[in-house]
Amino acid sequence: MTDVVLCVPSCEGPVKKAFEVTGVTPVVSVSGRLNEITALEPAEGFAGAVINASAFPFSEAMSLCRQLRSRERSSGPVILLLDHYQLDDLTFREDLFDDFVVGPFDVSELATRLRHRLRRSGNDTVAQRIDHGGLSMNLETYQASIAGRVMDLTFMEYELLRFLATNPNRVFTRETLLSRVWGYEYYGGARTVDVHVRRLRAKLGEEHAHLIQTVRSVGYKFGTATEFDVS
Amino acid sequence: MSSMQSQAQYVLRTVEERGVRFVQLWFTDVLGRHKAFHVTPAELEDALDQGMTFDGSSIDGFSRTSEADVLARPDLTTFQLLPWYGEGAGIARVFCDIVNIDGTPFAGCPRQRLRSVLASAHEQGYNFYVAPEIEYFYFSGENASGRPVPIDRGSYFDLTTDDVASQLRRRTVLTLEEMGIGVEHAQHEDAPGQHEIDLRYTDALTMADTVMSVRHVIKELARQAGVVASFMPKPLEGVQGSGMHTHLSLWRDDKNAFIGDGPYGLSEVARHFLAGLLHHAPEITAVTNQWVNSYKRLMPGAEAPVGVEWARHNAAALVRVPSVKTTRIDSTRFEYRSPDPAANPYLAFAVILAAGLRGVNGAYDLPAEGERVAALPQSLGEAVDLMSKSELLLETIGEHQVEWFLRNKRSEWDAYRAQVTPYELERYLPLL
Repeated sequence: MTDVVLCVPSCEGPVKKAFEVTGVTPVVSVSGRLNEITALEPAEGFAGAVINASAFPFSEAMSLCRQLRSRERSSGPVILLLDHYQLDDLTFREDLFDDFVVGPFDVSELATRLRHRLRRSGNDTVAQRIDHGGLSMNLETYQASIAGRVMDLTFMEYELLRFLATNPNRVFTRETLLSRVWGYEYYGGARTVDVHVRRLRAKLGEEHAHLIQTVRSVGYKFGTATEFDVS
Repeated sequence: MSSMQSQAQYVLRTVEERGVRFVQLWFTDVLGRHKAFHVTPAELEDALDQGMTFDGSSIDGFSRTSEADVLARPDLTTFQLLPWYGEGAGIARVFCDIVNIDGTPFAGCPRQRLRSVLASAHEQGYNFYVAPEIEYFYFSGENASGRPVPIDRGSYFDLTTDDVASQLRRRTVLTLEEMGIGVEHAQHEDAPGQHEIDLRYTDALTMADTVMSVRHVIKELARQAGVVASFMPKPLEGVQGSGMHTHLSLWRDDKNAFIGDGPYGLSEVARHFLAGLLHHAPEITAVTNQWVNSYKRLMPGAEAPVGVEWARHNAAALVRVPSVKTTRIDSTRFEYRSPDPAANPYLAFAVILAAGLRGVNGAYDLPAEGERVAALPQSLGEAVDLMSKSELLLETIGEHQVEWFLRNKRSEWDAYRAQVTPYELERYLPLL
């Protein structure tokens, strides 16, 4: 059985040839909408996706990549086809795709990348995450949730939480946190750490506020255990 | 990657991931009124990069017409999704500094004036922390003579109306917590329909932003519930008005610089700071109490200060030195009691800190407890006259804002004086 690869929004010219050379079956979604894609999806799922971002608005292409990634069922590796001028727009969005090819498209390059990506897809790369006691942080998308509820964090709240959660059960002084997380002298001084901890605890909610524990006369630590005595 | 870049990256990614459709760029005019632009995510990247250009001459206290164009530059650390629009609405806010087209701080921007006072304190090793208590009224409407009707006196013993107010306050506190704003406690105040929300201390810049947010959240949630929230200092005759008692502390090297061996556990720095605050109190009152109506709150017998004095217990003193538990000496602080919640928090915190620092740097002598060394101005007119002679204000909030403030407030005072009030007609017409 040949692999079925999603192709958005068309499969023509060099792209079509590359599919033929690779020996995979293209399934074309013209609209690039998720409901159409789901309707077209074969029982065994897509082995990968080729999205031609030069053929429709870039933001829509990114939004499709994001939707594919957040589906429960994997869509396999995502290869973007781009115009040269779109390269800058890839910055900070590297986690949304697995590979890209810049036009004008060369059939053998396209075919090679497609084959290579499909073969490697056995070892899927998973977004870097932190999961601790109900807290879940996706380090690529900068999103954090607690017990399934998304938390709306400011940048420094996010950075502080990430730092603490990547070093669970280690105690940090306010000064250490200030220099490691803020990285520069800030008007707030070390009490700024207290203020941010308080805000984070408020956002974590009463039930999970204990994840950030005060270690009296020292500082703070991230702990999943509740037995820690703060007194 | 620089910190600015990673903050921008964080903001842009969050906008995408959370489906944010509008970002409100928040800033304040000289009188502390809340202003905002709304930008779409497509415009945001540019706004983060270069700031948004706008015509400042249309904003109170901003540019003179010859220098009309200014830039609103987002402070990315303040990016926050707004919870009260409901799940999935996708509206976020970010506070802005106003800068000139060449990128230098704009003289009319209150937020940057506070920033620069904090910076000069910081050069001396001090960090300034504040915790205000915000009082306000909920009104359910007006009576026949156009007076506001407090929400929980509209009908005595009416459980439903009373419930609206406490539910509203509870919802407000929860919304603030969702935004990461720490609430120490919230309670019903003395007057009918009057409530109070006490905030947990933060550095003064964060707190000035927070006061803007809190006022907005209180008003917005009240509006959604069909009532009106007001920070007017004295909306009703015969009951107490709304203040913004502000707790102050100065920190140095992560230690509370007010703690010492003197009376009430105060340090030399604390005593000088307090002396500075008292000495300069009359001239900064135009900023902390900036409306004609503010002076109707500062009356004897209404638990509001009238004279410049400090005390441990007297609620009518301008500055109170709260008792501190021996296990909690870190909470050693002063409570400055004249400001009202209708002040511009950026300028108010800036002038309070500047007054205190003058005392520290000039080693001012502290008057005895309970000794009334001066009177607070009794009217906006008097306050503005004191302001016009103040070298401290000129230095702290700058010539641009002082000049505009004086012009605006003199015309407010003149407009008020020109009124012939119902009081006068009722009292004098039969007599004179």
